Amino acid sequence: MSKKVAFMQGNEAAAHGALYAGCKFFAGYPITPSTEVAEVMSAELPKIGGKFIQMEDEIGAMAATIGGSLAGCKSLTATSGPGMSLKQENIGYACIAEVPCVIYNVMRGGPSTGMPTGPSQSDLMSARWGTHGDHATIALTPASVQETYDMMVRAFNLAEKYRMPVHVLPDEIVAHMRERIEFREQGELEVIDRTAPSVPPAEYKPYDPQFGDVPPLAAFGSGYKFHVTGLNKAADGFPTTKANLVQAEEERQIRKVMANVDDIVDFEEYKLDDADICVVAFGSTSRSARYAVNEAREKGVKVGMFRIKTFWPFPDKQIKALAGKVKAFIVPEMNLGMCSLEVERCAQGKAQILGINRVDGEPINPDQILEKMKEVK
Amino acid sequence: MAFDYDKYIRPGKLPHIWCPGCGHGIIMKGLIRAMDTLNLKKEETAIVSGIGCASRLPGYIDCCTLHTAHGRAAAFATGVKMARPEMNVILVGGDGDGTAIGGNHFIHACRRNINMTYIIMNNNIYGMTGGQFSPCTPTGAKASTTPYGNPDPAFDVAKLAIGAGATFVARGTAYHANQIDKLITEAIQHKGFSVVEILDDCPTTYGRRNKFKSVIEMMNRLKDVAVPVKAAEKMSAEQLEGKILTGVLHKVERPEYTEEYAKVIERAGGKK
Repeated sequence: MSKKVAFMQGNEAAAHGALYAGCKFFAGYPITPSTEVAEVMSAELPKIGGKFIQMEDEIGAMAATIGGSLAGCKSLTATSGPGMSLKQENIGYACIAEVPCVIYNVMRGGPSTGMPTGPSQSDLMSARWGTHGDHATIALTPASVQETYDMMVRAFNLAEKYRMPVHVLPDEIVAHMRERIEFREQGELEVIDRTAPSVPPAEYKPYDPQFGDVPPLAAFGSGYKFHVTGLNKAADGFPTTKANLVQAEEERQIRKVMANVDDIVDFEEYKLDDADICVVAFGSTSRSARYAVNEAREKGVKVGMFRIKTFWPFPDKQIKALAGKVKAFIVPEMNLGMCSLEVERCAQGKAQILGINRVDGEPINPDQILEKMKEVK
Repeated sequence: MAFDYDKYIRPGKLPHIWCPGCGHGIIMKGLIRAMDTLNLKKEETAIVSGIGCASRLPGYIDCCTLHTAHGRAAAFATGVKMARPEMNVILVGGDGDGTAIGGNHFIHACRRNINMTYIIMNNNIYGMTGGQFSPCTPTGAKASTTPYGNPDPAFDVAKLAIGAGATFVARGTAYHANQIDKLITEAIQHKGFSVVEILDDCPTTYGRRNKFKSVIEMMNRLKDVAVPVKAAEKMSAEQLEGKILTGVLHKVERPEYTEEYAKVIERAGGKK
């Protein structure tokens, strides 16, 4: 049987990727430029017995997404910058209560209403630190329509595996451009489901440390009864203010990610073997970067690209290693320097950092990157 | 034989956090009696709340309990109910949680007529934060943020629910303890979004600022202002001045949301 091939935009591919991953519940609120995800989900979910609901606001959409997940459905919401700002309180809830879900946030200009139809890559820190308090973050940055589909599957897998919210952060270009996409066949990509408890209901604790850093999660209505709260809690799920328990729980929630960075962090190294210059790029910007690298290589410039696929946790180890090899990092991004600060942190002064920053609603073009290579000392 | 509340109380979770004289415990007992009357299975019942004194209730009840963010109970619960329509979903919370920060979710849950029961414990104040005025604080009353008297008009929670489309709306008081479980029982039995407002007291942060000398005086006020809807039919407008109607205020039939969504699934050719 030949593969199902389609020509579609990133947002549509995201919805189909979510369905491949087993998503059965979507709660959203209309917002440009992510609305097509909701539109596809509203059409496709009921076909498979799944549920779609358009909530009264972004906060409610995030809340319902968490509720759906707690009741056992793989759950998705989609939004963009201002909606992301509104969702933040409940994203924190999903962090502390450890509820798997996926937040697909199409990055548009900001702050506030900004440029709703313009591309941007400025929600990186909003995903990382938007909700208050200490927490780990997983965020993926797709660069093509096919990758958006595949990354949605991966996002659900990571959410289920690590029992936490996972962000997918396409920029508006990736979300709205149309490309050829191959639908994956059943079994072609791994699909991970959360670990259900192995203990009988009477013995179940939703945060039981005896099962490691990611304790099994039961579903409401599956025969298990337990308590879920946004307060700091003990292993049994009930609130506690005992200093040692609070500290240990918060540390575990960060450790479950940081002890598994090699599993979570994904990236692409392109023509880096002999490179003196490394372009660090992600999303649609990496497509301009790839073009620029190829052009420069033809002229004999030893340049390559490190393409970030998992933005959070940031690929610290890889950038640190590269900093010892290359003279300079060029960091093109559609914001005023969020990624370059991370690169600078990892490079620890061992390499020059040259940012290319646009927030005017226009993509970064290859010429800008080629031009920047001339500034490398 | 005395009613055995323990069968629905989580072992080891009492005492509760509520102050002496607070009516929340009376309402929780009413809820437990209603659950018992209906023989609700604990594993198949979700109790969902927001933030505040009243929202601590789910922690004490031995069911699937979800203590969410401030005002968001109805939205979280909507997700649970959509994912598992067969579950009994009961929301509990206070007046500030439900009608201020959670007002949007409240009215839209009413509009959808999703089959859940919302018990609003209306003590006219934000108790947990120390007595700031809520949308249900009477005009002129003193609160920690209305030292010169409350300039705001108050919501009528029941009318708000009726206006927004709830298909069952009832009101009781913490004084009329024996009526609470009957109202909640009928609300849970009703198919659609049901709202039970229970007028409650907060002696700690409302009573002492508003010249109530004791809890008994606060409870007597609830007794004095309450007029059953049936009795009110025979009373003149003059006699009803300052009174609050109690009992089942509104009951209509309208398509229920999860059933309507099941039809969407059918139209889309999907299976449940």
